[in-house]
Amino acid sequence: MRADRAPWWLGALAGGGLLFLHGPILLIFAYAFSTEDSSFTWPPPGLTLRWFGAAWERPDIWEALGLSLRVALVSTAVALVLGTLCAAAVARTRFFGREVVSLLVILPIALPGIITGIALRSAFNLADIPFSFWTIVLGHATFCVVVVHNNAVARFRRMSGSLIEASMDLGATYGQTLRHVILPNIATALLAGGMLAFALSFDEVIVTTFTAGNQATLPIWMLEELVRPRERPVTNVVAMVVVLVTALPILAAYHLTRGTDTVAGSGK
Amino acid sequence: MTSAVSFRGVSRHFGEVRAVDGVDLDIAEGEFFAMLGPSGSGKTTCLRLVAGFEAPDDGEIRLFGEPVAGLPPYRRAVNTVFQDYALFPHLSVLDNVAYGLMISGVGKAERRRRAEEALGMMALPGYGARRPSELSGGQRQRVALARALVNRPRVLLLDEPLGALDLKLREQMQDELKALQRKVGITFLLVTHDQGEALSMADRVAVFDRGRLQQVGTPAEVYGRPRTRFVADFVGSGNVLAPELARAFGGAAAWTSLRPEALRLVAPEGAALAGTVMAARYLGAATRVAVALPQGEVAVLVPGGQAVPEAGTRVGLAWEAGALHPMEAA
Amino acid sequence: MTAAAAGAARGGVAGRLSDLLWRRPSVLLALLLGPPLLWLGLVYLGSLGALLVQSFFSIDEFSGVIDRTPTLRTWGELLRPANLDIIARTVLMAALVTGASVVVAFPIAYYAARYARGRWKAAFYLGVMLPLWSSYLVKVYAWKLILAKEGIVGWGFESVGLGWLLEAFLSVPGIGGNSLSVSPTGTFLVFVHVWLPFMILPIQAALERVPGSLVEASADLGASPGRTFRHVLWPLALPGVVAGSIFTFSLTLGDYIIPQIIGTSARFIGLAVYQYQGTAGNVPLAAAFAVVPIAVMGLYLWGAKRMGAFDAM
Repeated sequence: MRADRAPWWLGALAGGGLLFLHGPILLIFAYAFSTEDSSFTWPPPGLTLRWFGAAWERPDIWEALGLSLRVALVSTAVALVLGTLCAAAVARTRFFGREVVSLLVILPIALPGIITGIALRSAFNLADIPFSFWTIVLGHATFCVVVVHNNAVARFRRMSGSLIEASMDLGATYGQTLRHVILPNIATALLAGGMLAFALSFDEVIVTTFTAGNQATLPIWMLEELVRPRERPVTNVVAMVVVLVTALPILAAYHLTRGTDTVAGSGK
Repeated sequence: MTSAVSFRGVSRHFGEVRAVDGVDLDIAEGEFFAMLGPSGSGKTTCLRLVAGFEAPDDGEIRLFGEPVAGLPPYRRAVNTVFQDYALFPHLSVLDNVAYGLMISGVGKAERRRRAEEALGMMALPGYGARRPSELSGGQRQRVALARALVNRPRVLLLDEPLGALDLKLREQMQDELKALQRKVGITFLLVTHDQGEALSMADRVAVFDRGRLQQVGTPAEVYGRPRTRFVADFVGSGNVLAPELARAFGGAAAWTSLRPEALRLVAPEGAALAGTVMAARYLGAATRVAVALPQGEVAVLVPGGQAVPEAGTRVGLAWEAGALHPMEAA
Repeated sequence: MTAAAAGAARGGVAGRLSDLLWRRPSVLLALLLGPPLLWLGLVYLGSLGALLVQSFFSIDEFSGVIDRTPTLRTWGELLRPANLDIIARTVLMAALVTGASVVVAFPIAYYAARYARGRWKAAFYLGVMLPLWSSYLVKVYAWKLILAKEGIVGWGFESVGLGWLLEAFLSVPGIGGNSLSVSPTGTFLVFVHVWLPFMILPIQAALERVPGSLVEASADLGASPGRTFRHVLWPLALPGVVAGSIFTFSLTLGDYIIPQIIGTSARFIGLAVYQYQGTAGNVPLAAAFAVVPIAVMGLYLWGAKRMGAFDAM
């Protein structure tokens, strides 16, 4: 579209909307430094760094963080393999039922998370599978596939279809074509998809409550603090750190796909 | 001598569509061969069958006498120049050209030397370090040619290689491709929808329509003696006379082709046929004049320098008896 | 000389496998599709199946033991007035949230698609992406801080001398409460905030495809901005709006955390599912309840697909 000057009221509405999106998150930062320790008084009566030390000393936070990181890593790895395979099939070949496969991939994210959660729980229940690290991963990988898939499909579609033919025409087998042509061309899309999948898994709570049993990932730890607050200032600090940590993979993914794919993360 | 490429009863269907329908064809070694036809005529599918990107549903294709059924593209001694060039965007120009050599295990120094030599031959010396995205359309095309030829294929397949270039560059590349083919001496198989391209470069031309081979012959044969109405219509812009009109010209009662340049305008008095000038279109080197006869309309090419009659003028027509070519009805 | 070029790398197992894949493209497709379909089919569809099966079990109200003989009793229970209330309340909330999201999202998406350029475009994009991906719980938590009685909203109203206005608003039955953080208005605000990015991105994607000249042409033909919006922009943006509404609608239908943290004790579908399977231990009823959003979303997706909404995703 052509760039011309926007009417002032449109700018104001857009700016107001963005403020509505960002303001609350930024507010957390102020609370993390507040000296007030029992209520949500605004403005903060004073500023302190005390709560950062307090959070650092808490073993339960470290444990939850560790579990979240491990779950996110394994789920991302599974999602990378499954999402890429599926994207290759959907984008590069024509077959009967292609639409059904696309639908199946987005279903875990299009249907409310609580359904995925309770469905998995019902299945574990019926099959007598006890809750473990792997039951969490099973759920997370399922809804992370779509993120990798969307990123990879976008890149495959942009890749000229004749590149693979050209490689084979020049003497390369499927294996050599995969290594020398396909992987180098989709690498950044996979990296971006992987980072978004990681962020998605790291933050997930709705499905996790149904698949974790009494294990606590970091979001579950936070949820418990929200329902039954124990030490509010520590929760403030953890919330701020979570915002900062999840922003990193998103910014990285953006830089990896900038100027190539349009809306890399819109498939959350 | 065995042919470089031979088709025997080759068919390829996509669902209900017969993309290639019972094609028989022999292409000689060292020949510049063009497959000509409108889009969807099956010419590109034929090229893809030779390259190995498609497999025939029926019939047999041989390369230098050997059947290639079951051989993937990487086991065929042919290389392709793609319509969109298909240069690898993640590799430099030099690595693109050296790709085939790298795959077949040629040492680093050797493949670098040969790739640079190929770029030199394509008038692109010193471009090796660039990315394909930094090149112009014409330069990309030369890289695609170098990348294919560096592997010393026995047949070079060219899929609409000039389609993406502008007119001036296209004409220049036609001469260069022809010269290149003479220099390397291998078989070139060109697919194009542009009859000018096919006629100016190829030793022989095959004309396709709806998956079927219409005619194979030298450019002069295909142009001057079209075998079917389709060929006469598609190749050049000749007159296709309906049986009735052909009879008026003294021919048999059959569909007949008559090239506009074989007709001359003469005085209407005493001419075998006379009609009225409807319109004239100036083409530069000649003027194309439409003449209405009682039995139908014909086009006459008046060479530059001669007087062009105005619309409404009555004119007579003259021609050599040998200029009429009766055709098959198809 | 042979027509077949036989390089060293093309021999061996890898070469033979490659040959097989070339000759049998269906094997290649099966290798690509097999693992993801197996996973999604087994883990996901299998679980959905298990969920459906559970909804035909029933619970013994006295012993709390689940009876595994198939029955429609649980489904009958779903139709009790209290449960129908929950469904109606949830669908109403989802519709309101979706409507409000469209209103707030449209100016942002339109500005980003039509006026933002270069650095600003990137800033807008990240300005939507970061909140989309940043922690859901943190956002909910932030609103608890904001809407608390002593929080920033109350403070804002007090400091401009409008505390009475907030009090008056909170005393309206149906939308008010003790404080904003325990009112339906609070629940609504948080839903809109949390799902808003899901609405902005598809609308923006749809608007990006509208050439600016189209808007100018409409203005040129004498249409007022309002008419241009109604007859040109809105129809073209509609697929994006529908795509976005799939998210806002679906996410609201299934959420059980926001109404639990911010809002009255009135239950929503997600919360009901959560509580039935948790504290009440009535997994069959929870399962039957969970089928409701699936059915609603199924209808919704089917309608959206017919409108071509998936092209904008």
